[in-house]
Amino acid sequence: MIDTAAHATQGGESRAMAYFAERAKWRWPEFALWIGAFALAFLFPSRALLFNEVAILALFALSLDIVLGYAGIVSLGHGAFFGLGAYVAGLLAKAGAGAGLLSDPTFGLLISAIFCAFVGYITSFLVLRGADLTRLMVTLGVALIFAELANRMAWLTGGADGLQGVMPGKILGLFEFDLFGRNAYLYSLTTLFLLFIVARKVINSPFGVSLRAIKGNALRAGAVGINVNRRLNGAYTLGAAYAGVAGALLAQTTAFVSLDVMEFHRSADVMLIVIFGGVGTLYGAIIGAAAFKILYDLLAAATPQYWQFWLGLILVLLVLFVRGGIMGLVTGVYQRLTGKGGAA
Amino acid sequence: MLTVLFDGLAYGMLLFVLAVGLSVTLGLMNFINLAHGAFAMAGGYIAVVLMQRFGLSLFWGLPVAFIVTAAAGAFLERTLYVHLYDKPHLEQVMFTIGLVFMSVASVDYFMGASPQIVDVPKSLEGNIEIGDLTLNKYRLFVIVFCAVLTAALQLGLSRTRFGSRLRAAVDDARVARGLGINVTAIFALTFAFGSGLAGLGGALGAAIFSLDPQFPLKFMIYFLVVIAVGGTTTITGPFFASILLGVADVAGKYYTPTIAGHQIQVGGFVIYTIMVLVLIFRPQGLFGRAPGK
Repeated sequence: MIDTAAHATQGGESRAMAYFAERAKWRWPEFALWIGAFALAFLFPSRALLFNEVAILALFALSLDIVLGYAGIVSLGHGAFFGLGAYVAGLLAKAGAGAGLLSDPTFGLLISAIFCAFVGYITSFLVLRGADLTRLMVTLGVALIFAELANRMAWLTGGADGLQGVMPGKILGLFEFDLFGRNAYLYSLTTLFLLFIVARKVINSPFGVSLRAIKGNALRAGAVGINVNRRLNGAYTLGAAYAGVAGALLAQTTAFVSLDVMEFHRSADVMLIVIFGGVGTLYGAIIGAAAFKILYDLLAAATPQYWQFWLGLILVLLVLFVRGGIMGLVTGVYQRLTGKGGAA
Repeated sequence: MLTVLFDGLAYGMLLFVLAVGLSVTLGLMNFINLAHGAFAMAGGYIAVVLMQRFGLSLFWGLPVAFIVTAAAGAFLERTLYVHLYDKPHLEQVMFTIGLVFMSVASVDYFMGASPQIVDVPKSLEGNIEIGDLTLNKYRLFVIVFCAVLTAALQLGLSRTRFGSRLRAAVDDARVARGLGINVTAIFALTFAFGSGLAGLGGALGAAIFSLDPQFPLKFMIYFLVVIAVGGTTTITGPFFASILLGVADVAGKYYTPTIAGHQIQVGGFVIYTIMVLVLIFRPQGLFGRAPGK
């Protein structure tokens, strides 16, 4: 009797392990995407600055995807962490004046991540108190407070003139940021890649699965023994840290921080990217960022100043007719091609 | 000091007329319409066009702005919004932000990006002096106009049959439906009326705050604060919240001037902090009560 019970548990455990292993398996389109992304630096070196922006945007979107797509927290103020990370990294690089530990880019990323994680953890308690609508307003309010702080503390942030004299050192003490942005792109892309692997691991871990359960039905998730608020705190903190790193990358690779990093449109844009790419897919964030940037460039070139109109139209059509964004379409096609279920 | 209070009152009254439609529709359908500011902007620009192109006075602009935006609201509600009521909040947010972007770009395209200058009617120019107090005539007009409007709204809501149906629907839409109240029709009407009021407020306020294509984005935040503080179950809540916000905002502009930055960020610090604190300690708003569900 006892033996069979133990046996059953063991069977369940190994089945669970197999489930996690299957979820975490890498599929060929993923390899293709990453190899392609790295190859871009060498195929089109003249566009590296643009690619760099895409990589940063993708990381930012990835961070929101963790919060929105997996934890299901609707945030209209995610840009706060992006801006915070940018200012932390910018101030560090300024203090280090191009040499020493303070100006070390990797160190800057680390400190930005830790700082944003801390702020994210504190604010997550405020955010989690309410339902969707309240969360929307609290996140927006928190973001506005940070934007206002950055504006007011001009002695530290440079105010409306922006933070001047940001001088990041050599990457790992070896590679300098060049004018054409190739090293910057490779640096951002590598950071994105490493953090993506971490995010992928987290999402496919029991923690990630519990997040999915919470998103499905928080009440029932609580009933099966998941500590809902603790998990959501964790996810929000992780998302904040990721956004901080994205902001830090922007500060380091452009050697400038302006109040623009805190603006509302950042939060709106990144939300758009995640929805556009597909919520809760991780890859949606990356593909969405690339698509957004390409679209932005095309529309801005065709109708400068009025590109927002087309952006709005796409959003409206997306909500009305396409569920799941680009990734929804892609995985649909992929599943039809390979004839099996399961999304990456 | 009294002048600040007076200006704040005018501003708060305007905010109330702008936001009340949003607050009622939010309470009624639990639908997040971030594009509410677009209706207000439309009203403002309609008044501007009437005055600049056709040489009509603002007194004509107000009713026309109301009627046109109400009609636009009714049309959009029936054709687009109706598909979104049962969708998740996230999609509602994205959809309405999309509408905001479209309206911003369209107005920019047709009217230009620069702020519009609106002349107040001749009869309302200048100031009235009462003792030491200098009162701007137009602001006084705005206060009186909005006060009458508010009283009418409150009476309509508490005395008419439509008002009681509306209140029933806000309290509990399902039960109201069960009692044979046509909630869908009530909602469509309320939505149109609220949009019309926003348009009216936009036209009325065009002379006070700067009217430019970024208006829906700037004021979206104000609307959210009004709703957050005032709650969505009554109209007195948003009313007091608007007055509070208006006075605090104007006072913030007077006492803590900043050199650069946007108009909205000036003195905004206090307002956002109040909003976040209220949301944390009273998620249903300062004046609201918990929804009856």
